Amino acid sequence: MELIVIGLNHKTAPIEIRERLAFPEEGIEKALSQIKSVPSLKENMILSTCNRVEIYAAARETEKAMLDLKDFLCQYHSLPLKEFEKNLYFLKGEEAVRHIFRVASSLDSMVVGEPQILGQIKSAYNIATDAKTSGLILHRLLHRAFHVAKRVRTETKIGNSAVSVSFVAVELAKKIFGTLEKRTVLLIGAGEMCELAARDLVSGGIEKVIVTNRTYERAVALAQEFRGEPIRFEEIYRGLRMVDIVISATNSPQYLLHHEEVAKVIKDRKQKPIFFIDIADPRDVEPEVGDIENVYLYNIDDLQKVANDNIHDREKEARKAEAIVKDEVAKFVNWYQSLEVTPMIIALRKKFEEIRNKELAKTLSIHPNFSEKERQSLEALTSSIINKILHDPLTLLKQKNEEAMADLYLDALCALFGLLVKSSEIPNKENDKDD
Amino acid sequence: MNIYFFKFASLFYLLGVLAYSVYIIFLKESLSKLAMTIVSIGFASHTLAILTRYAEAGYTPVTNLYESLSFFAWMIIGVLLIANLKYKVKVLGSFLTPIALILMLFAFALPKEILPLAPVLKSFWHPFHVIFAFLGNAVFTLTFCCGIMYLIQEHQLKSKRMGAITKRLPPLKVLDDLNYQSLTFGFPLLTLGIITGAIWAEYAWGRYWNWDPKETWSLITWLLYAALLHQRLTVGWRGKKAAIMAIVGFMAALFTFLGVNLILSGLHTYSNW
Repeated sequence: MELIVIGLNHKTAPIEIRERLAFPEEGIEKALSQIKSVPSLKENMILSTCNRVEIYAAARETEKAMLDLKDFLCQYHSLPLKEFEKNLYFLKGEEAVRHIFRVASSLDSMVVGEPQILGQIKSAYNIATDAKTSGLILHRLLHRAFHVAKRVRTETKIGNSAVSVSFVAVELAKKIFGTLEKRTVLLIGAGEMCELAARDLVSGGIEKVIVTNRTYERAVALAQEFRGEPIRFEEIYRGLRMVDIVISATNSPQYLLHHEEVAKVIKDRKQKPIFFIDIADPRDVEPEVGDIENVYLYNIDDLQKVANDNIHDREKEARKAEAIVKDEVAKFVNWYQSLEVTPMIIALRKKFEEIRNKELAKTLSIHPNFSEKERQSLEALTSSIINKILHDPLTLLKQKNEEAMADLYLDALCALFGLLVKSSEIPNKENDKDD
Repeated sequence: MNIYFFKFASLFYLLGVLAYSVYIIFLKESLSKLAMTIVSIGFASHTLAILTRYAEAGYTPVTNLYESLSFFAWMIIGVLLIANLKYKVKVLGSFLTPIALILMLFAFALPKEILPLAPVLKSFWHPFHVIFAFLGNAVFTLTFCCGIMYLIQEHQLKSKRMGAITKRLPPLKVLDDLNYQSLTFGFPLLTLGIITGAIWAEYAWGRYWNWDPKETWSLITWLLYAALLHQRLTVGWRGKKAAIMAIVGFMAALFTFLGVNLILSGLHTYSNW
């Protein structure tokens, strides 16, 4: 039995491919049971988000399982393999564990540290649990993955700062105004840039959106989308008197807002602050506007710089997180190996015990007149011999060996003592106590 | 007895300063709660120190510099505890607790014996005068800290730096609101302090106003805060200007309290040391 991951993500596949391989949420349960019916696989779950499509599985035969999963993806999505084969990655064993831990901790995300991925994995796991396609190994693996994600979140500052331009703008607005509630924003320009930037502010709690644009009709259309108010372009300075935040993104070749006029507006507003977000290129707001008291002016480069600083901080934190992942992978691999070692120990003991019982019975049948005391000391003698013989090999097996060595020992034992351990003998209950 | 409580309180303020310093580095919620608890214990002990001194001396213990400094520190911590209940500005403790601690240490170095009350201080009005004046000053200490924080935060945002400092300081709006609200509490208290002081002066020296340095400086302080309040309400002074004014006002208040006694001399001087 081996853990495997097959999938593709934003690093290996373009959006066109990811879209076509994505599993719609309502179809996942059916897909899971389809995979389960494949004999080479024992447990499985599907993680399908906009940035990645991955199948996590416990395979009976690794090589076969990989091929079967590829076939499954082709059939399920009715896509020829050659269209996406080069985008796929396969991971097994320790690498698979590391990958899943990194995904859950958001170290493998497009925006490192973004918090959504953990929720997505949790719901993917819940679907698999409901469909009964996850078993001992995936249960354990996913619970450890959640634990790792939690450790990363509490022990590093990976999710602490805004790394996209529009979120930096939201954070800045909050540092100026406290909350965004009861705040009004003026959008200058009705293009996509403005809309996108405004969307994050609105979901941050902005109360009202006012839109102005050279073509009034487009202002009306965008205002409708935000249930806001359109105003004519000539009224731009009247608009400034009413709002707290201004997002400007027009194609105007010259500055639209000038120092003198804005200074007058601020005076009329009794010094109530305004936060200008100038994301136009070339700029819409004269840079000198930023010198006015109670005016905060950030252009796209300023915002990008803050975002980059934050990304840099995150990278530093990500290194700490990788160390946590490494530590946890080692723990998991140990547990996983103990699954293989334990049945071997049981089988070995059983075999020795059988030999002892057989030989003991023989001896006792030859000497029927042994007293109870003599019988007992014979029992004690034989069992002590077995324990002494088994002591060293068992200690060696129970030690945390390197994977290659552990496999070597296990193989040797099987061959030397003619043991046969079936995977079905792997204990069914999770009995590791550090969870 | 009162000295033991005083020392105990000082020790806890010191621990509180340490806890608040660790809090401002790591920003762990539990640390701010711990710091708050420590400071509250210090405050309780400090309250006992003042009550027992009152019982031992038989008069309100605000008659010499040791007592005044201790009383001032006590009020600052009191203002901090109230502000913490009302506003969620946890870093305030990181600013106010060290100020209180410095006052305590300063007081610590001064003679602490209970002396017979000077005749001029035996007045019904004297304790009121001192309590109002110090309560006003304690509130202005908060205004001052908000002003300092505002200037730092504003500078960070204007210079487009958004790093560790920005994250630790409250939003500008919150600081500016606190500036205004503390002003509306502090100003009437200061006014009452000056009025009760004038009434006391009438009893003590037979004149409401003597133009001694302390009186002059308290008038200057009052005028500064009055100007700030007036400008805020009429032309909308806020933000940076209000912050600077709060700092200037506090400097004047501090000079009225300490500078006048230590540097200049006048009617008030003998009542200290």
